[in-house]
Amino acid sequence: MTATRMVAGFMPLLDCATLAAAAECGFAAQEGIDLRLVRETSWANIRDRLIVGQFQAAHMLGPMAVASSLGVGHLQVPLVAPLSLGLGGNAITASTRLAEALRAAGAPRNLDPMAQGAALRSVVRARVATGQPPLVFAMVYPFSCHNYELRYWLAASGIDPDVEVRLVVIPPPLLVAALHEAQIDAFCVGEPWSSVAVAAGAGEIITTGGHIWQRSPEKVLGLRQDWAEAHPEVLAALLRAMTRAAAWCDDARNHDELAHLLSGPRYVGVPAELLRAALGGELGLRFGAPRTAVRDFIVFGRGGASYPWPSHALWFYRQMVRWKQVSGAPAAAALAKATYRPDLYRAAVSTLGVEVPDTEHRIEHFYDETVPAAHESGA
Amino acid sequence: MADKPLRILVVDQNLMRAQVLEEGLREAGHHDVIVVRDMQNVLRRIVDAEPDVIFIDLENPNRDVLEQMFQVSRSVHRPVAMFVDRSDASMIEAAVEAGVGAYVVDDLRKERVKPILDMCISRFNAFSRLRDELDKARGALEERKLMDRAKGILMKQRRIGEEEAYALLRKTAMESNLRIADVAQSVITAAKLLK
Repeated sequence: MTATRMVAGFMPLLDCATLAAAAECGFAAQEGIDLRLVRETSWANIRDRLIVGQFQAAHMLGPMAVASSLGVGHLQVPLVAPLSLGLGGNAITASTRLAEALRAAGAPRNLDPMAQGAALRSVVRARVATGQPPLVFAMVYPFSCHNYELRYWLAASGIDPDVEVRLVVIPPPLLVAALHEAQIDAFCVGEPWSSVAVAAGAGEIITTGGHIWQRSPEKVLGLRQDWAEAHPEVLAALLRAMTRAAAWCDDARNHDELAHLLSGPRYVGVPAELLRAALGGELGLRFGAPRTAVRDFIVFGRGGASYPWPSHALWFYRQMVRWKQVSGAPAAAALAKATYRPDLYRAAVSTLGVEVPDTEHRIEHFYDETVPAAHESGA
Repeated sequence: MADKPLRILVVDQNLMRAQVLEEGLREAGHHDVIVVRDMQNVLRRIVDAEPDVIFIDLENPNRDVLEQMFQVSRSVHRPVAMFVDRSDASMIEAAVEAGVGAYVVDDLRKERVKPILDMCISRFNAFSRLRDELDKARGALEERKLMDRAKGILMKQRRIGEEEAYALLRKTAMESNLRIADVAQSVITAAKLLK
């Protein structure tokens, strides 16, 4: 039998690990898929090349898949997300100058988002009072978990993200230089880019995505809906390969090999040592400081992490409404939710004996509140 | 009513390609063309110039920066979307294949944009062909240099003539299913190691 070729695009981030492992460690081949990976330079390229059929699958921002299904900010092309590529893996990093200002305003030397946010509010207010320009926060894309996590945390800290600070987009590999050159004051991005900034002495990690929102959703495997419908068996095979690859990536015994693989220029292209530490949830918060252990910092498949929760798609949609990227409509909420396809995931992995949740709504734990599943169903 | 001339903004890190495109646009009668390279300028230029059409090369990591701008409606006069019509799948495909992204103000008529986009795609394609040819020519030159060095090593170590050295390289390449240039590279590497 000849293998089915699939081309998938990815961005240089730690959570492209499952795709890289599936392609390089035999998981895709075992399922009869010749998986070719293409490193991309922008999320917009990943979306467009998926839409025109140059890619059959993609490492994709969860909210981007939802936005494409809704036709927000771009053409309306229905996408599906039948698998989550992992949970967590983000951090918020401040320039050394801002980090010092935060400490002077009472921020502790830990990752507590509540205390960091309170200090940030003081700094922001002081800047307004003294007529200084607003702080500039960078994230990677308007429809991204990073944008929404950052906004959630700022708003919960009493800072209006659209008025009191300036939010800009900068591609992940360019963030460290932008922080170093003081073009921006802080950023929210997936690893390893915070660790790279710390190692370069350009910034300090002040909190992580997981501190704001436990096991927060991140990238998904994005595919065109019509492709998924036309190739159910290939898709199921790919989902099985990805599920096995995720388990392999979660296993600490493989982290040396995985870090080495990802450190190559074809993938992330940063030193293996930094990737290895982040995989194990060991983050250097400041230049030269011993690493801090962050529990479940990044999880690829463990504990149902691969399951695409429709409630996450709904949460993203609600953020789009909250931040005025879309005007809310019940039909749009339903469309957003339908982008995440646990049915496809469940059917594909039924033979693997992995744990699959049987609801569509996960109870979420944010640092300032717990959102019961029932509240997630409303749009 | 005559249409107001279109203002076109080109964002390209490759200055040569940007020039090729700008020239094409001017030849087609579009004189209101702005070319920018770095992103700092783009933000300001878009706000000031209010372009009707924006082209950006797909190798440009700042594409996501541009898409964010269109989300922040305050900074742009009208919402900007890629391509005019959702039915234009082949046009989108051709653009992506050529490596160019296009953003067009929402209310612009399709028949006004299509010829510009077509021209842009063909210029991008022509530029890629030219670049491939140059790369190939450069590659061929490099390979010739490698061959000469490898032949020299073999001639000296094996005390054979040039033709024999070449035959040896070719035979080894055929036997091991490699390109002659790769064998030549191995000979040079081996000679360095054994020095």
